[in-house]
Amino acid sequence: MGAEVRLQTAAVRLGYGDRIVVDGLDLGIEAGSVTTIIGPNGCGKSTLLRALGRLLKPQGGEVLLDGKRIDKIPTREVAKILGVLPQAPTAPEGLTVADLVARGRHPHQTWYRQWSSDDEDAVATALDMTGLADLAERPLDELSGGQRQRAWISMALAQGTDLLLLDEPTTFLDLAHQVEVLELVRHLHREAGRTVVMVLHDLNLAARYADRLVAMRAGKVIAAGSPHEVLTEELLGDVFELDAKVIEDPVAGTPLVVPIRPRSHPAA
Amino acid sequence: MLRRNRVSATAAAPRLHGLRHRRFSVLLTLFAAVAVAVVLSVTIGSKSVPIADAWSALTAPTGSENDIIIRSLRVPRTVLGVLAGIALGVAGALMQGHTRNPLADPGLLGVTQGAAFAMVASIILLGASSLLVYIWFGLAGALVASVAVFALGMVGGRGGPTPVTLALAGTAVSAFLYALTSAIVLWDEQAMDVFRFWQAGSIAARGADVVWQVLPFILVGLVLAATNAPGLNALSLGEDVARGLGQNITMTRTVGVASVTLLTGAAVAACGSLSFVGLIVPHLARPLSGTDHRWLLPYSGLIGAALLLLADVIGRVVAPPGELEVGVVLALIGAPFFVAMVRRRKPVRL
Repeated sequence: MGAEVRLQTAAVRLGYGDRIVVDGLDLGIEAGSVTTIIGPNGCGKSTLLRALGRLLKPQGGEVLLDGKRIDKIPTREVAKILGVLPQAPTAPEGLTVADLVARGRHPHQTWYRQWSSDDEDAVATALDMTGLADLAERPLDELSGGQRQRAWISMALAQGTDLLLLDEPTTFLDLAHQVEVLELVRHLHREAGRTVVMVLHDLNLAARYADRLVAMRAGKVIAAGSPHEVLTEELLGDVFELDAKVIEDPVAGTPLVVPIRPRSHPAA
Repeated sequence: MLRRNRVSATAAAPRLHGLRHRRFSVLLTLFAAVAVAVVLSVTIGSKSVPIADAWSALTAPTGSENDIIIRSLRVPRTVLGVLAGIALGVAGALMQGHTRNPLADPGLLGVTQGAAFAMVASIILLGASSLLVYIWFGLAGALVASVAVFALGMVGGRGGPTPVTLALAGTAVSAFLYALTSAIVLWDEQAMDVFRFWQAGSIAARGADVVWQVLPFILVGLVLAATNAPGLNALSLGEDVARGLGQNITMTRTVGVASVTLLTGAAVAACGSLSFVGLIVPHLARPLSGTDHRWLLPYSGLIGAALLLLADVIGRVVAPPGELEVGVVLALIGAPFFVAMVRRRKPVRL
């Protein structure tokens, strides 16, 4: 594609204390793409996403945002370029949708100038794009899981960043709500030109909604490319230890995984 | 789903404006409540003074008995009540925000026990015997205890203190200091006398000099609290979201702890252990302010001031000719009230 690389890891080494989860990983995220990271539980995909969003400091190597080391850029400046939504975030009880979305404006505010017309516009636009304008005054805890997740994404949108990192945005949602959230992500990408990196568990949805898949196992990138290139029966065996059939999704034409059995299964 | 819900981009804007308007009205109402409490506190007591006389005592004193009561007793007492109420209310809201625990009170950092220990220690070790001296020691003890708790909290947590390590360290340091204080007061009668009045909590019989003594600490604490509010809003969404929004977590925690320490330290050193105010006031303020700390903090301060003064006024009239300490009144009316509030609504998740 040859597009400009916005976010990049170079020989990055990530872990928690002595436990190293990812070692020597190189990955580039191109402008205007939707990249989805897939892999089995514990493979380091969320850890990688946290490092890309400077929530986790690398123990070695570096993360570059627009060519500059992300840990050398003031965190508030990073927050104007890159938005991160962690897995299953929690809000204080009684927080309304409008208040949550307004908090996305945090990096643009100083303590003496708390609210501007730019903030007003950004919040209204974010509510509108996520279809939440009618629910703006409702407390978050009264919403459905899908609406709540849209509200969090709306907060990240109000932050006004071109880069958006989403860690399992569809966790705990039923299939209809998963599709609803991913349709929103696609809309943000296509209509608003956002570059999105997300971690997903559902391979079929990942294939349908990503331009680029990155498959990880044990802290390494095993394959990266278009869904057709990455989601092969061979890769599913290597990465997930899963025997599966890959057919064409009759709706989207993307690869569709039909699991047969895990390789470690005693009956296999 | 998406398309069906779409409305014009400006639909949400008027509602946001209305909300801000309502919040200012609440602020004015709370200011008025404090003003009423101030008038009651200046005029009502074992000798009640008509408002007109109280006014003339302030503007054109003639040296009458009423003038002396108003100027040297009631006014310092009222001003101290306002300051301590604001300090404890704001400190309580900060504390609950930082720990995300609705049952946190500002004494959680060891501040109250630090002040108590330093006071009784100054009596037996240095023979301190005046209120102003005790208060200096109380302030110093509060600051030292809080710094110790913060340092201990850093040891446990990776990359700065966390609410959990702070609460654990605070509980441990408080228990340790309480044990030492108990040992001292059982052993020394004069220390016991000072300690039991201090422990009850009172704003009576402290002159204008005490007000001037604690005022700078409270003012600095309030400025720090004001700068802390936006960061606390970000933190209330979780540390990862706050970092993602560009907030420096360690800095926010440090400023918060410093503010709580100054506010609580000054209030308890001057008035005794009244940190119960800090526990209940944010629960009264939250239904009015919502979860936004930029409003919760001022609301809590004003409600704290009004509550402390009203409790003090009640204490002056319920047991004539004597008075009941404000700390006792607060506990007596506050505890059942708190129980009722917890029962009526499910406990808040912060």
